[in-house]
Amino acid sequence: MKNITVKINGEEKTLDIEPRLLLVHLIRENLSMTGTHIGCDTSSCGACTVLLDGKSVKSCTVLAVQAHGKEITTIEGIAAPGEMHPLQEGFKENHGLHCGFCTPGMIMRGMELLERNPNPTEDEIRWGISGNLCRCTGYNNIVKAIQYAGAKMRGDELPDTEPEFV
Amino acid sequence: MDDKHKIQCKTSKAISGMGHSMKRKEDARFVKGAGNYVDDVKLPGMLYMDIVRSPFAYAKIKKIHTEEALKIPGVVAIVTGKDLEQYNLHWMPTLMSDTQMVLPTDTVMYQAQEVAAVIATSRYAARDGREAVMVDYEPMKPVIDPFKALEPDAPVLRTDKEGQDSNHIWHWEAGDKEKTEKIFNEADVVVKEQMHIPRIHVASIETCGCVADYNKVENHLTMYMTTQAPHAIRTVIALVAGHVGLTEEKVRVISPDIGGGFGGKVPVYPGYVIAIAVSFLVGKPIKWIEDRSENLQADSFARDYHITAEMAATKEGKILGTRFKILADHGYTDAAANPSKYPTGLFSIGTGSYNYDTAFMEADAIYTNKPPGGVAYRCSFRVTEAVHAIERITDRLAQEIGKDPALLRLENFIKKEEFPWKSPTGWEYDSGDYEAGLLKAMEVINYDELRVEQAEKRAKGELMGIGISTFTEIVGAGPSKDFDILGIKMFDSAEIRVHPTGKAIARFGTKSQGQGHETTYAQIIAEELGIPAEHIQVEEGDTDTAPYGLGTYASRSTPTAGAAAAMAARKLRDKAKKIAAHLLEVSEDELEWEPGKFFVKGAPEKAKTIQEIVFAAYTNHPQGMEAGFEATHYYDPPNLTFPSGAYICVVDIDNETGEIKIRRFVAIDDCGHIINPMIVQGQVHGGLTQGMAPAMYEELIYDEEGNILNGTFMDYLVPTAVESPNWETGHTITPSPHHPIGAKGVGESPTVGAPPAIANAIVDALSHLGVTHIDIPITPHKVWKILREKGVA
Repeated sequence: MKNITVKINGEEKTLDIEPRLLLVHLIRENLSMTGTHIGCDTSSCGACTVLLDGKSVKSCTVLAVQAHGKEITTIEGIAAPGEMHPLQEGFKENHGLHCGFCTPGMIMRGMELLERNPNPTEDEIRWGISGNLCRCTGYNNIVKAIQYAGAKMRGDELPDTEPEFV
Repeated sequence: MDDKHKIQCKTSKAISGMGHSMKRKEDARFVKGAGNYVDDVKLPGMLYMDIVRSPFAYAKIKKIHTEEALKIPGVVAIVTGKDLEQYNLHWMPTLMSDTQMVLPTDTVMYQAQEVAAVIATSRYAARDGREAVMVDYEPMKPVIDPFKALEPDAPVLRTDKEGQDSNHIWHWEAGDKEKTEKIFNEADVVVKEQMHIPRIHVASIETCGCVADYNKVENHLTMYMTTQAPHAIRTVIALVAGHVGLTEEKVRVISPDIGGGFGGKVPVYPGYVIAIAVSFLVGKPIKWIEDRSENLQADSFARDYHITAEMAATKEGKILGTRFKILADHGYTDAAANPSKYPTGLFSIGTGSYNYDTAFMEADAIYTNKPPGGVAYRCSFRVTEAVHAIERITDRLAQEIGKDPALLRLENFIKKEEFPWKSPTGWEYDSGDYEAGLLKAMEVINYDELRVEQAEKRAKGELMGIGISTFTEIVGAGPSKDFDILGIKMFDSAEIRVHPTGKAIARFGTKSQGQGHETTYAQIIAEELGIPAEHIQVEEGDTDTAPYGLGTYASRSTPTAGAAAAMAARKLRDKAKKIAAHLLEVSEDELEWEPGKFFVKGAPEKAKTIQEIVFAAYTNHPQGMEAGFEATHYYDPPNLTFPSGAYICVVDIDNETGEIKIRRFVAIDDCGHIINPMIVQGQVHGGLTQGMAPAMYEELIYDEEGNILNGTFMDYLVPTAVESPNWETGHTITPSPHHPIGAKGVGESPTVGAPPAIANAIVDALSHLGVTHIDIPITPHKVWKILREKGVA
């Protein structure tokens, strides 16, 4: 067993864990935060994306011990209960989700994307989320959701959220 | 565009009945990471299950060594087929009344088949145990090619089935064979192509799993499970396990939030059954969550139809008849999820959107050493296969006679005044306006200009193609006289309870997996009762509380449970009218309804709101009337619904590399009256990407030993946001005449309609080189090989 200390969503936790424990299992099982999901076993789908010291990582491909001394942010930590982060609002307002399973990972990826590039083009968003799979939405509205969040975070006028359904 | 095709709202935005793009109610929890999926269920004392799987496609099991695994700390038990055999639980029926091993006692029939289950105190210990179980196999030569499976010297695979003397499962026919032969013999033009609709996987981002929680004290099973049809599952459990005391009132199936279903969460997989059996034996909750590779390699596949498609026509291009012959590779067992009387599902919709009266279709289903399945992946039971065949062969005819494929379609469409239309295979199409859809798609994409551009590019040696698909769907299974699964009729249900203060809870026999039922069902009730949709709570998926229904798949929720919602609400509106008459001291005939209130004709100030009426139902109801305000309806549809669409795709192909780029894709869908335009559009976007996937990327590939070559997300290519183009969508509205709200269902149309539009576009780009057909998925490599052959690349 290894003793590690992590800061998760602002709260410090010290735990004894098996060295082989994956970060995603630390979050979901040991810390009982189930907003982070598991969609594959090959680091392909991105459903488990969280921030580690502000950088998005696929938490199924990081050992929990590697998070020792670091700060983890999950979907539960980006807005206070009862409030929404602009990305969360963007996904809701633009119908950027259907089943919701990939959504937390998409949002966490969107966090870093907008941090690095506050006003991305459609193409930059598409490439930026290309490590995250969604099987339901066809991505059109995920792109719109991230554009909406970008506008909100920049303080720009919000784009229209009515569907362009001619 | 005709006004009738415009979305019109009868209710205010505050009520948000039909036609409003109301934001989804369910999203609040999903965007916060507060959904409750099956892997989020954690119960005291819960044990974890992992599954040992076969590395061989066909082998005898000589011995299973469990000793080393049992020494691993945390490993509690290992369950084999021999253990289950003691309780007669080692076999189970499939939904198609075939049989399937839960765990084998002597032979494995496909790679990744379940061989033993390891039960442990943690996920990691269970996996350690799985790795330590050693199995001695004696491999045999598998049968992988379905055509070879029918050869006389092919080994008979299902020796467990009495009387089974070949690998043939069943034969099916529809239409008129002799009349079709005559038409084909006499026609000016006959075109023919051999097509394979590849074996693919639904690949929902959440895999399958369950927590089986058997309580020994109460003799009660709670089954948390990724199922699209919780009620049917409860009945099946009771029928199979009633003999050990699990009668139906002792079984509660809870389908929590589901991370995508698409038909893959309809079947009963061995893992569920093993988890129940183990929980029953040890009296502790058992969690089983498969990983992605297991999901792709063992859970039900979809499609895998080999189709010979033929079309007969006059030399001017009047379609006279079609003939389709299918070889259906079902793998080890027929584990499709079709209505009982329809072994090929609703493939017989394959005569398409065209006016002709002669067709013949036949199918033979085959066992091979591949995983079982044949599920309706976002497709109303084999409609995708049928639509690909008709839409590809229609383009083939256009190419043969040198006619524009849009014009050929416009000339052959069933006209809107010809509905209801009796198809050559016996369906009665309820309504349609195919011409309006195609003309709209052509206008939006600027079809005529594209053809001019294509000709110019061709002259310069550049490759550009335009592909059309004008499909008719068949959904909403289904009328009880013909439709059942394991004998249970395919009606569906709604129960509405309105509380004294005018807020409601509504429960349904269906189960959303992302379709947005919590919003759309609320909107249907809001439309009928005038209670704001935001005050109508929708619940599904708990068999202890929801009324019985057959679940959500095959685009059936709106046609069945959506209709039930409207009908139950109308019962309540009738009651509301009686109460309003009582409160206003007038006769019912003197009252008129507008959304949210009854008022006296000619005196609109004399009115009672629905909220006042409901309150009176609990506080001041007329003497002799039953108190309260609730209603239930079980809706048995009189017919199926027939949504349609007109899709046009434009591709550019790199003539050196074969790389294909979808430049534009316009989808005009007609799903009748639209409940929520935002959600309908979202469904179309998602289905289009899922339609593009098998057209260009996805196929489960097996070698001749039955090894899967791409059984992980590293090599099974689910499209990302980069491959997926910006979809352009629109609608026409042709209401279903028999559905209470004129809706038809939409979820699957895009998955069904997109593959032939894309394939037709790619073939169109290469048609001047003499290319008439390419099997999907059409990869750059396939195109590059053709370009090399033709001396282009």
